[in-house]
This record gives sequence, C-alpha cells and structure tokens, in this order.
Amino acid sequence: MMDTSAPHITEFAARIRADFPILQREMNGKPMVFLDTAASSQKPQQVIDAISDYYENTHANVHRGLYQLSQEATDAHEEARRQAASFFNAASEREIIFTKGTTDGINTIAFSLGEYCIGSGDEILITEMEHHANIVPWQMMAARKGAHLKVVPIHDDGMLNMEAFHEMLTDRTRILSVVHISNTLGTINPVKRMIQKAHERNIPVLVDGAQSAAHQPIDLQDLDADFFVCSGHKMLGPTGIGILYGKEKWLDALPPYQGGGEMIETVRFEGTTFNKLPFKFEAGTPNIAGTVGLSEAMKYMIQVGRKEIAAHDQELLSYATNQLENIDGIQFVGQAREKTGLISFLIDGTHPSDVGVLLDKMGIAVRTGHHCTQPLMQRYGIPGTVRASFGPYTTKEDIDQLKRGLERAAQMLR
Amino acid sequence: MEKIDKIQDEIIDEFGFFDDWMQKYEYIIDLGKDLPRIDGDKKTDDYRIKGCQSQVWLDAQSDGETVNFFADSDAVITKGIIALLIRVMSGQSADDIAKSDLYFIDQIGLKEHLSPTRSNGLVSMVKKMKSYGLAYAHQNSAKS
Repeated sequence: MMDTSAPHITEFAARIRADFPILQREMNGKPMVFLDTAASSQKPQQVIDAISDYYENTHANVHRGLYQLSQEATDAHEEARRQAASFFNAASEREIIFTKGTTDGINTIAFSLGEYCIGSGDEILITEMEHHANIVPWQMMAARKGAHLKVVPIHDDGMLNMEAFHEMLTDRTRILSVVHISNTLGTINPVKRMIQKAHERNIPVLVDGAQSAAHQPIDLQDLDADFFVCSGHKMLGPTGIGILYGKEKWLDALPPYQGGGEMIETVRFEGTTFNKLPFKFEAGTPNIAGTVGLSEAMKYMIQVGRKEIAAHDQELLSYATNQLENIDGIQFVGQAREKTGLISFLIDGTHPSDVGVLLDKMGIAVRTGHHCTQPLMQRYGIPGTVRASFGPYTTKEDIDQLKRGLERAAQMLR
Repeated sequence: MEKIDKIQDEIIDEFGFFDDWMQKYEYIIDLGKDLPRIDGDKKTDDYRIKGCQSQVWLDAQSDGETVNFFADSDAVITKGIIALLIRVMSGQSADDIAKSDLYFIDQIGLKEHLSPTRSNGLVSMVKKMKSYGLAYAHQNSAKS
C-alpha cells in the first residue's frame, strides 16, 4: 500500500532531529526510540545553549539591581514575557505570569478564585478526563469553601458529553476548568465553544493547555479563555517553568496566591500593599534561566513553523493509528474524531506494565499506567494503558519500531 | 540463613545460562504464569500492596517452625519476580526471613524492578515479607 504521508514525516522530523542531541543516545544498548513526549518533551540544542549562555554571561537577580548585569538579566527575563505574550497572542504582557508549571498555575487560580468569589453551595465544573492537577486543587478549594465539584461525563469514544455539559452549567457554577487536549486519550476538546457557552452565563473558564501549547498554534484572544496554563518542559523548554495567562480584569481582581519578595509594593508590619501585574502573582526570585530557556523554545517553534509542527503531529497520528491497528488484540483507548499525536491502548492478554518493561529492554520509551488520570481509568474499568506520544522529532521509523516491539512483547507475554 | 543463601546462589547460577535479556524475561514470564495463585478471597484490600503500575497481593502463614508465603499480581513479570522471591523466602524460619539479605536480585540484573522509585509494589512486598518474618519470630520467642 502506498503511504503518501510518509515522505513528509521523514523529511520534517529528520531535519528537526538533528537539533536534539539526546535522541542520539542509546537505551539498554539499543538506539533509543523516544515516545513519551506527552510526559515531557526533549530539548533542542538552541534551548540548552540559551540556558548555559545565560548562566555563563548574564546571570544576576532581576528587577532590583542597579548594575548593568542585573539589568541585562532583567531584560532577558522580561523579553521572555513579551515572547510568551506574542506566542499566545495575549492582549498584554501583564497577563503573563511565570509559574513552576501547569500544576502551579491551576493551584494559583483555584486558591485565588476561591478566596475571591467561592462560597458554600457554589459549583466548580470540570470533566471526567482531567489530569489529577485539574482535579485535586479544586477539591481542596471546594473543601475549604463548602463548594461542590461537578464532573462532565465523557462518551466511550473519549469525547465529552456536550449535552451533559450544557445541562451542568448552572447559576451556581463559578468556574469551568477544562483540559484542552487529554493527556491520556488525546481528545481535543471543543474549548472555544465551551467558553462561549460558559460566558453566556458569565462563568469564567480555565483551559489546561499542558498538552496543547506545543501541538497547535493558540490564539488566546480568539479563544477568549479567562485563564490558560501550560508547562515549559512539555513545549521543548526546561523543567520548572510554566505560564499562567489570565485576563487582566481577572488578575487585577483576584487576591495574590503566595506572599514574599517581588509581589509587594510596600511592606509595613501593620499591612502590605501589593505590586502591580504581573508581579503581584510572582512571589520570590523567579526561575530566570527557565524563562530564558522557555523563550528560546518558543522562538524555536516559531522558526520551525507551528503549523508545520501541528501538521506533522496529525500525519504521525494517522500513520501510527494505521500501523498499530494491525496488531492482534489491540484496543485503542480514546478514539475521538479530533485527536492529537498520542495513542493510548491495551493489548488483549497483556498488562500495560509488562508491555512497558519489555519495550524498555528494546530501547523504546513509552509511558504505562494511569497517566495521572485515575478517575478516567475507573470510568473505563482498566488498570491503565500503554501510551505512545509524539513530538516534532518523532519519525515514521519510531512508529515502525514501536509496532515491531509491541508484536514481540505480545508474543512473549501471551 | 544458609538455606536462603543456598537458594539465592542456585538462582544466580540458573540466570547465568541466559545469553540475552529476552531469554531471561521469557523465563520470568513463564515463572509468573506458573505461580500458584493466592486464594480468591484473599485478593482484597487487606492483602493488597499498593503499587502505582501493578497490584500485588501477599499472604503469610506460619506453622510455628517456618513461614509460607502466597502472592499474586495482575502483571505477569511482577508475578515472575514474586515467584523467585517466594522460592527464596517461603518455607524458611521466621528469624532467617527477617534477617535475610536478598543479594540475588542485584546479581541476576533485576535490581531496577526493586528500586524504590519503581512503584510496582515489589519493594513494599519484600519489606512486608521481612516484617511477617519479624512478627512470627517475636511470636515464637514469646511462646518459648
């Protein structure tokens, strides 16, 4: 059978791969096949160099130093904020808060919104396919405030039950917090439509963009999300840095999350006044090397082409789906119409962890288990899945190796 | 203690014959398939050792002299390793179990499966076996 998509995959990924030094290494004595990008992406040389260069030539604490070095570090740090605002088309760089990552961003909003406007009997709406990071912070806040967590169910194919969603938006709903792309199912949720519906009732919406930020171009003004959170390490950047976007009117209104340096205007023992945005939400010395690295990662994606990255992702998804469905006894978990480049599955007669152990021996890195979505696993009544997820550097050959590896593992285990 | 170390040495010898990882894992998988299952009524939370990736159930019974272990897992490689642990530990004296040093794991190249960072329940299982040993040893010394 002719596969017309294959040449493009090969050419694009081959060009990209050269920038990712780690992909040259071996794992268990075999050339490494890295298929765990949804957990954390690998980093191009440009990002690694930007971080070393920052520490070699530019590092000092930001915002307070009068000397040239501190000014240069501040410039690099604030340039990253401008880069992020432009990357996601935020209305202003005051709407970009640097965090530790997606989890930190959700905790910030869950806490601050809770203090601001959540009371007894209010409702927080999430979905059945949320990552634990978009469940637990809301549960903690709900417990403090006497609020209720409401969960929009999904269909068997991994798509949201939109009818139920419409019914679950009520006069008591104070926030909708929804994952843009499911890290377990790959489902791309219709967040723009959901935001419109929620806004009809003046309900603010947080979009968990951990999986989407690197996989498709995102225009936050067009999306009209009130809050959007993502992690640098899943978008070719370093670990320990993330972005919390919030509309200025919301960030102005909400009380700060953590107190400390940077976030204050004046401190007296009698009371403190807070700094203006974005610093109000950035207590303590920021992760400057992190913002510099993330900025470089965003530049890299722009340079490679975000539309090209998204197109490559879709081509790989269809190539991988076609290849893997020939494996005897494979069951895909998550077959939504719109999906991103990840495939979750089970193979009849095998346990996901056994498959993962054998693939590791063959040099193939996949993730197995519940993927931090235990309620979703309970919904499907399964112990976990095997998940292969793709990045811009993933090739057709990686998928072919995975297929061969899975056939061999299944043969050994049955 | 000698008996435990003798069995460990036997296992190390057996694994020495394997040329590659595939043979080794095929053997472990076979052991896993052959492991006598734990009684169905014991596959409950009371006997469960929590792991992130796979579940393990463990029961211990003592006749006063020795301690016997029964275990199961939902993952077959985990079960195969359990079979090895049972071969070494089951039927030994409580005191020997409590004091055992399971060096065979390292020697046959399965250390990664019993690393504290791999949450498959096996590390907790070894700890639990030893604490059963300790508990039965106490019980025996109290009686005598």
